[in-house]
Amino acid sequence: MPNASVASHPGSRPGYFGEFGGRFVPETVMAALDELAESYARAKADPQFQTELSELLREYVGRPTRLYLAERVTRDLGLGAVFLKREDLCHTGSHKLNNAIGQVLLAKKMGKKRIIAETGAGQHGVATATAAALLDLPCEVYMGEEDMRRQELNVFRMRLLGKQVIPVSSGTKTLKDAINEAFRDWVTNVEHTHYVIGSVVGPHPYPEMVRDLQSVIGREAREQCLDRVGRLPTHVIACVGGGSNAMGIFHPFVGDHQVELIGVEAGGRGDAPGLHAATLCLGERGMLHGARTYVIQDESGQIMPTHSVSAGLDYPAVGPEHSYLKDSKRARYISADDTQALHAFRYLSETEGIIPALESAHAVAGLLRMAPDLGPDAVVIVNLSGRGDKDVQEVAAIMGTSRGVA
Amino acid sequence: MGRLASRFAELKARNEGALVAYVTAGDPSIGRSLDVARAIVDSGADILELGVPFSDPVADGPTIQVASQRALEAGTTPRKVLDLVARLREDTQVPVCLLAYGNIVHRYGYARFAADAAAAGVDGVLVCDLPPADDDEWSTSAAGAGIDTIYMVAPTSTTLTLEQVGRRASGFVYCVSRTGTTGTRAELPPDLEQLVRRVRERAAVPVCVGFGISTPDHVRAVCRMADGAIVGSAVVRVVEEHGTSADLPEAVASLCRQLKEATRGGR
Repeated sequence: MPNASVASHPGSRPGYFGEFGGRFVPETVMAALDELAESYARAKADPQFQTELSELLREYVGRPTRLYLAERVTRDLGLGAVFLKREDLCHTGSHKLNNAIGQVLLAKKMGKKRIIAETGAGQHGVATATAAALLDLPCEVYMGEEDMRRQELNVFRMRLLGKQVIPVSSGTKTLKDAINEAFRDWVTNVEHTHYVIGSVVGPHPYPEMVRDLQSVIGREAREQCLDRVGRLPTHVIACVGGGSNAMGIFHPFVGDHQVELIGVEAGGRGDAPGLHAATLCLGERGMLHGARTYVIQDESGQIMPTHSVSAGLDYPAVGPEHSYLKDSKRARYISADDTQALHAFRYLSETEGIIPALESAHAVAGLLRMAPDLGPDAVVIVNLSGRGDKDVQEVAAIMGTSRGVA
Repeated sequence: MGRLASRFAELKARNEGALVAYVTAGDPSIGRSLDVARAIVDSGADILELGVPFSDPVADGPTIQVASQRALEAGTTPRKVLDLVARLREDTQVPVCLLAYGNIVHRYGYARFAADAAAAGVDGVLVCDLPPADDDEWSTSAAGAGIDTIYMVAPTSTTLTLEQVGRRASGFVYCVSRTGTTGTRAELPPDLEQLVRRVRERAAVPVCVGFGISTPDHVRAVCRMADGAIVGSAVVRVVEEHGTSADLPEAVASLCRQLKEATRGGR
């Protein structure tokens, strides 16, 4: 049974999670956010919309995804049980389609004629292009030039789906700059365009809407765990870039105070500025992309470049609700560096025959780091947010040049 | 009366519109930027607006994005922008406004930024991503330091927002001529006059129009309906084109003189 107390953050104003969130955008975007918030509230309460969405999730996305008991990992780590929530088995290879299909369906109901999106690793771009193909809307995806290079396969997939990929050459040429460009497009074409944000970031209502759409992960996992072992998990672990897969699996457990929620950020190559993307571990309060949240910034408030081996975690801010969960101590955030993530990538491949996305490999790395302290009664759910096919080429290139990785 | 209010009063008495000229502070360097700012003031522009460069300027089109990047590469910080204003204040009483993004001001500290800006001689600040419904911390600090709070309104702004802006605005209201980002456009939108009227009905302060204003014709048209025209990207483009060459100040001044002339015609 879903827990009744999960949705509320007591004392927060609408659009806020404690002091985080809000709508810190130029006035030119406000009307579009009002329209979106109203349309989303209507859709959320509309049984017909919910039925259509559930049907798409079941028949097209392939839900519910399995809660897989990773027996070899469980034995190897000496824990009670390690479950993998198999979001990697969703159509298009990650949890991203849960959100994209919901938003594109909403855009269609709103009468929007065009879809835009940003993408880092390309998974959200592919998911949005897929949903737009299915629901017959034109779609353009902004992607940093650096990310286009590291995720060539996903660029090709989006083009195969008949959608355009627009290279972004400003700033650091990665996810944050792709979001900037998508915002600029949106404010210019707002009347007929819907911007599908891919994570729990951005101005209200995005963090809440994307969380709701991704919460299907946690609702399923909670029920599946109760069915399988007759109790709730002791730990839920997920990787955090913007944080949509983590928010999706955490949210239905927030009211279950005995369940520890652990987010794993990208530690990159070290703690020095520019070498990591561990926003909650190493960043400070600020605002970016319309939300008050933790950001990685210099002493003047300029947003700093980030690094992670995983393009999907390479982002200098984080969803505002994660900032709230951190400060309220309801969730704990740790980091895994590039080497640990690459190690986990191989570990899960060799131990379970499952090649995780480099993003999800950070969650596995978090598990490996924590395992010695967990003990034989621990029942752990790791959100396996995506599959690693897209990363094989990049990992091959890295392993070819650094033998110490495995 | 503050410098902004007295400037608008003088202009009204002379039956002229205000030319608000924008450049990104620190572009292409702090030193050159000071020359450019002085050239703008000497050319007869009525209000100088300085952009505080930010790494992620989502409200700006390509011209000002690149200018912000140049300024940051030249080592421009918020403190150096305030020092630049203080240098200007040594020999001019022209009103100076800053256009900033929220994270910069937040990081500096709202109260400290307001106090330091006032001490440097800044008259008004527009923080473009701090909405009037949610900027108490900033607007209170600004008011306490004697800094005018300028708000942006757009053709898509709700009546509720216009009323909030009307109640809270000081200095002037920045009317965005159309949705989109900053940058030059060929034509002014047809519904602009209606927006200006909607703002006037609710705000006691002057109304200036920006975004896409680049030619003397635009300025003339805007000054027929509003109290002033804000020209940004067109000036920044001259800075970009003339970069480090010796004729940069004169090139900027020449554009501003033409634009200023257009504020006098046909009011």
